Amino acid sequence: MANNVYWEDIEVGYEIPKWTRKTDLMHWNRYAAVNDEFIYIHMDDDAGRAGANEQGAFGMGNLRFAYLHNMLRDWAGDEAWVKAVGLQYRAINQKNDVLDCVGTVVAKRVENGEHLVDLEINVINQSGQGTAPGQATVVLPTRS
Amino acid sequence: MSEKLDTLVTQNMLDKRDQWSEPRVSRPVSESDIRKWAIAVYWPEEPPKLYWNEDYALSTRYEGIVAPLDFNPFAWPVPVPSAPPTPPMGTGQGTNAMNGGQAVEYVTPIRPGDVISSSTALVDWNERETRLGLTLFSTNETRWTNQDGALVKISKNTSIRY
Repeated sequence: MANNVYWEDIEVGYEIPKWTRKTDLMHWNRYAAVNDEFIYIHMDDDAGRAGANEQGAFGMGNLRFAYLHNMLRDWAGDEAWVKAVGLQYRAINQKNDVLDCVGTVVAKRVENGEHLVDLEINVINQSGQGTAPGQATVVLPTRS
Repeated sequence: MSEKLDTLVTQNMLDKRDQWSEPRVSRPVSESDIRKWAIAVYWPEEPPKLYWNEDYALSTRYEGIVAPLDFNPFAWPVPVPSAPPTPPMGTGQGTNAMNGGQAVEYVTPIRPGDVISSSTALVDWNERETRLGLTLFSTNETRWTNQDGALVKISKNTSIRY
């Protein structure tokens, strides 16, 4: 059993530990391999430029979506349940970007017996640009 | 130069609104599928034991290995589907496309041996002028259930066309 946090111990405003990856073709290719997501704009600089990204090939939105889940799971632990995750893609994940997944608790509530925390989440690049703002809800274990 | 379109909404969209697709059924999920997925999304760090170590996973509330929530059991289908006929990007109004985002509600974890069914419907859209010109935001809803009929997740995906 791995229990990282209890609902009672989390306050609104708490910033959960950030989760960071520097991303490039090594990460994108591995993700393409498991998700069968072989699309030229994620593999080839010429295709990326033809797709209106001057810097060339760029990362999959789905991989940033996965990274946000990793952040939430690594924080909440294996006795928690990530109930909902949503985001909007606002900027491209360029090659060699250093992405910080971040989350801040914005609400606590009990609903249908579940002890929930709501978070605002995002994937911030090395320029400080929020590339994928969104929300998440996590069910946490309680001390009671 | 072609004439400027008043709308990017097609007759096909009007016809298909709220029409749920026939379920697509996955191959049985294997422990290996889950382990490889976890390695890829955690690369270069070791993924959590919940995704690959049965002894450890049995000690958690999940009572066994589960897949990462973002796991896709529909990758690598056979027969291999042909690529959908899409116009080349950037060749005219309405031919540029982007992934706008997604919102997912998770209900039941995916476990080794599960067979997942998926059905999708175009449920909504709206159209407005943006800095990209006339822009169409379309929302597809997808529901996954497992072999026991339990709801696995509901996802809403927004695609952008301009």
